[in-house]
Amino acid sequence: MERFETFTGLVAPLDRANVDTDQIIPKQFLKRIERTGFGEFLFYDWRYLPDGTRNTKFILNAPRYEGASILVAGKNFGCGSSREHAPWALGEYGFRVIISSSFADIFSNNCFKNGMLPIVLPDVTVLELLQRTQENEGYKLSVNLEKQIVADEIGLTATFQVSPFQKYCLMEGLDDIGLTLRNEALITEYEERKRAS
Amino acid sequence: MPSLFEKLWQAHIVREEPNEPTLLYIDLHLIHEVTSPQAFEGLRQAGRSVRRPDLTFGTADHNVPTTDRSLPIADAIAAQQIDTLRRNCQEHGIQLFDINSPEQGIVHVIGPELGLTQPGMTIVCGDSHTSTHGAFGALAFGIGTSEVEHVLATQCLPQNKPRTMKVQTSGALSPGITAKDLALGIIGRIGTDGATGYVIEYAGEAVRNLTMEGRMTLCNMSIEAGARAGMVAPDETTFEYLEGRRFAPHGKSWESALEYWRTLGSDEDSFFDKVVQLDATQLEPFVTWGTSPGMVVPITSHVPDPADAKTLADRQAAERALEYMALKPRTSIQDIHIDRAFIGSCTNARIEDLRAAARVVKGYHINSSVTALVVPGSYEVKRTAEQEGLDRVFSEAGFEWREPGCSMCLGMNPDILQPGERCASTSNRNFEGRQGRGGRTHLVSPMMAAAAAIKGHFTDVREWEFK
Repeated sequence: MERFETFTGLVAPLDRANVDTDQIIPKQFLKRIERTGFGEFLFYDWRYLPDGTRNTKFILNAPRYEGASILVAGKNFGCGSSREHAPWALGEYGFRVIISSSFADIFSNNCFKNGMLPIVLPDVTVLELLQRTQENEGYKLSVNLEKQIVADEIGLTATFQVSPFQKYCLMEGLDDIGLTLRNEALITEYEERKRAS
Repeated sequence: MPSLFEKLWQAHIVREEPNEPTLLYIDLHLIHEVTSPQAFEGLRQAGRSVRRPDLTFGTADHNVPTTDRSLPIADAIAAQQIDTLRRNCQEHGIQLFDINSPEQGIVHVIGPELGLTQPGMTIVCGDSHTSTHGAFGALAFGIGTSEVEHVLATQCLPQNKPRTMKVQTSGALSPGITAKDLALGIIGRIGTDGATGYVIEYAGEAVRNLTMEGRMTLCNMSIEAGARAGMVAPDETTFEYLEGRRFAPHGKSWESALEYWRTLGSDEDSFFDKVVQLDATQLEPFVTWGTSPGMVVPITSHVPDPADAKTLADRQAAERALEYMALKPRTSIQDIHIDRAFIGSCTNARIEDLRAAARVVKGYHINSSVTALVVPGSYEVKRTAEQEGLDRVFSEAGFEWREPGCSMCLGMNPDILQPGERCASTSNRNFEGRQGRGGRTHLVSPMMAAAAAIKGHFTDVREWEFK
């Protein structure tokens, strides 16, 4: 997994609450057996019209957000289905950081497992970010995971919380299965205790 | 005394260190075709094996056709996904309830049915509705594919400890009000992110009075309130349901299991981070009007006016939902006409759900403007229903009687809504496009869906004339 230390990127706004994983990656694209190939179907029903042409009204299709790698969205982002295809699709499209005032639990976990950082900021800060993104073409944010800070170039700075373990895994690009397997003796011991009881 | 959740958490700790997630042991891992292939691929790439194939069980449910299973699957990619599950289970010695096996069904229906789901267990599955199994007093939650891989390799999962919420009901549910209405009532009250970061324990008279199937419906919908899991403390109802089931303990082990299970309940003084009180006597049959399960009102009510929303974000969400749903503010819910009805899903496709719907349907025919589908949750449910003649009740009324699977709950198989079609659905999510692009979903109980199919519009099942 790619290490995550500092990151600067173009910001795209998605001013909607409760964006569910069915919207992020609709079910007809879940039949692949690989972890790749989902990016082109991200937000499919919003990005494309029923006839398959680009929906020019959808915000991510605006030329100014092309190449965006930080998404700012409304509350309860990633609710619904546990499909990890959602962060796979977001990641392959180019997003590395998602900012919202709240995330669904499973989605948030899934992001960390894929080297992506979901950042929770207060409602007012998210609103401010959405506004700044819309008002300033080419609006960028820088994220410093070590210091847990998000900042833009025009005076906004915000700190965020992240669990020490998830931060560590992300910064080291660690495979946490490997970490768990280091506890082999403890796992075996637990299993033996259980068998005996 | 510790709460049910606390007892289960403590009993499954493999390793606990400050500033690190707790390593929890997983007692039962259920897998299906959609969220497991990449996990097995990850194992292969890392040269790892499945630690406890004996605690892992698979079934194909999400993308399986619900029509004649003797025919080849028309969708080549779906067929490949099912085939991949088959190969992975074979390679790793995992028991699979394949599409033509007599035990096949929706993973959250067959787990309990086979007695795999038991009180006191930790249960995971790469599916958000794993919360269903909490009905037995298990700690059961949905996980992503990387976590599926983690459990396959280690039988453990690092977890940050969630907070706890108690939903304390008072009073009993009135006739015609089901577990589904209770679930929708709770979500309407606390919101779709009201329980994010929490494990819910449901308690009180209305919950105690529910059958196991009702409790499963209730716990199933916990995720729609954002909860990590939902649970109900085990009691005699739980034990009665489990006794004699294939994978439930037998003989002496049953006796010692019972002894342990009886110690699991929460007490009056158990600590919860949050308590929500709910008067169950006030609940009515609910119908969702929008594109999120929290957008829900009683059948006697009307579509809300976005102008009345409390916040700007809520107002915008309501406006967007009404546009998608093609509904006008203040329309009476009973004036909403439907094109389709779907009775099925891990929420409401168990035998009691089908019995309740059939009781409404008996002696009637569905409205000429409606097409309707009944998809049993498993072959076991299907067989029982057929023995009881429910299939004939449905067929004679004009419903299609199908093979088990997730079907139109998420439309990964050919069962989908066409753009603009409006559906009364017993499933769990009314998200945009969930049942098919442009499809409009209204979540209801099985009785309410059956009644709507017959009338052609939503109607109050409490006033139904049963024949």
